[in-house]
Amino acid sequence: MLEQPLLTEAGGMAHFAGRFFREGFRPRYEVGEWLYQCYVIGYQSLPLVGVTGFIMGMVLTLQSRPTMAQFGAESWIPAMVGLTIIREMGPIITALIFAGKIGSSIGAELGSMRVTEQIDAMEVSGTNPFKYLVVTRVLATTLMLPVLTLLADAIALFASFVGLNMRGVTTLALYANNVLSRLAFGDVLPAFIKTFFFGFAVGLIGCYKGYHADKGTEGVGQAANSAVVVSSLVIFVLDLLAVQITGLLGLN
Amino acid sequence: MLPEPETLPAAPPAPAEMATPETVLAVEHVVKSFGDNHVLQDFSLALHRGENVVVLGKSGSGKSVLIKCVIGLLVPDAGRITVLGQDVTRLDHAAMDQLRARVGFLFQSNALYDSMTVRDNLLFPLRRHWLAHRRAEEAALVRQALEDVGLGHTADMMPAELSGGMRKRVALARTLILRPDILLYDEPTTGLDPVTSREISHLIREVQQKYGTAALIISHDMSCVRLTADRVALLVDGRCYAEGTYAQLQALPDPRIHEFFA
Ligand SMILES: Nc1ncnc2c1ncn2[C@@H]1O[C@H](COP(=O)(O)OP(=O)(O)O)[C@@H](O)[C@H]1O
Ligand SMILES: [Mg+2]
Repeated sequence: MLEQPLLTEAGGMAHFAGRFFREGFRPRYEVGEWLYQCYVIGYQSLPLVGVTGFIMGMVLTLQSRPTMAQFGAESWIPAMVGLTIIREMGPIITALIFAGKIGSSIGAELGSMRVTEQIDAMEVSGTNPFKYLVVTRVLATTLMLPVLTLLADAIALFASFVGLNMRGVTTLALYANNVLSRLAFGDVLPAFIKTFFFGFAVGLIGCYKGYHADKGTEGVGQAANSAVVVSSLVIFVLDLLAVQITGLLGLN
Repeated sequence: MLPEPETLPAAPPAPAEMATPETVLAVEHVVKSFGDNHVLQDFSLALHRGENVVVLGKSGSGKSVLIKCVIGLLVPDAGRITVLGQDVTRLDHAAMDQLRARVGFLFQSNALYDSMTVRDNLLFPLRRHWLAHRRAEEAALVRQALEDVGLGHTADMMPAELSGGMRKRVALARTLILRPDILLYDEPTTGLDPVTSREISHLIREVQQKYGTAALIISHDMSCVRLTADRVALLVDGRCYAEGTYAQLQALPDPRIHEFFA
């Protein structure tokens, strides 16, 4: 996990991020590889994100029902669940699943490429491996996580509608109206924006861990493992920062 | 543009017959340390056109470090490395890439891209060096490179499906496809069984004779050294301890040299 002292690790990562911004926006652009990574990263996570989104929406609805019923506030369930999903649960659950699935696979892939000298082989084959491997993957995760989150939100909201209909009857139109009328600009936009940062963190940390994997087979496993642990942790820290910032901006 | 297979220049005469052999690679007084680990200390060596030079050294003596300094994967702390007339420590990225297109590097671990087929492995350096050809030419180059190493039928296989010796051959084909002027071999026979090892050693000779490439071969496998070397340089304590033909070194009484031949 954090086998290195925290500050050394953070410094190394900051340096890595700096290199991403320095090198990432100068030619040669690896557009083909980037599109391929977007496809792989987005597509790989679809089933997992879909299932977790569905369960999240349904469980939230079914569990809040008894409590809400005590106060005779069942008609508030769609609004409450909708807000919970869109502001917090959708982004964070999707990001954590994403970190587990994509962070580890990037860490393991780049780690094994490092250990078997494939990264050096790219370097001597006229390719900047940082651009070809790291920049493409980080850009892909940064872009795909928001898309996946939107998808998970939509599926979760639909699951919540299904959950409501298990114990009562609501029409889709009424449900949608209930959810949407309670949603404000300040609920949707900050939640959406923070997912870009989550995606960036997952990609960057996965690549950092893999790119600097230690020699040997354990190095690969360690890279995959610590990519997940560290990026999950960073996601929570970023989430905390996001809530503070939106609070300061008066959007909470 | 690469020459077509049919119009390849004939192998140049053996280095011994040349009046003034042209130096294609010169390592001069190179120093490289990792912290307190002083790996190379004032190492010097020259490689002439068409010649196979073996650098012989024990495991961990810095052979891979030396070869990585030559290709620019590591930067020496001091000294000069000249490859095909260019000082590699002073080249920028673009110039370095151009130079690397003319220098083939066979990694100790082969470093085949295991997410790609053999064909895509071979095409990778070709395309990345902007040497993109028409499809038909690409196919011909891949076929030729694979036939050179005796693996014409493996183009659509994945590296994981190949044996150790085949992987080594594919890795060699991947460097040959660029028709390099210099080949760098990092322990080409390590980890292979004796028979396969001998085949690879013969292959190294064949490549030298067919394309006239100069090669710097890193090894501690004496049978490979005997089969491939025109000249042997001994790397001991970070220095070029002794230099000469296999027979010359073998005849020396010095115990530090003799232990390699025992
Ligand atoms: N990138 C590196 N960072 C730190 N030490 C290294 C690095 N590469 C090699 N070394 C050290 O240099 C020494 C020589 O290694 P190497 O050249 O791989 O040996 P060999 O002669 O077996 O190829 C070893 O002690 C190794 O630990
Ligand atoms: Mg080595």
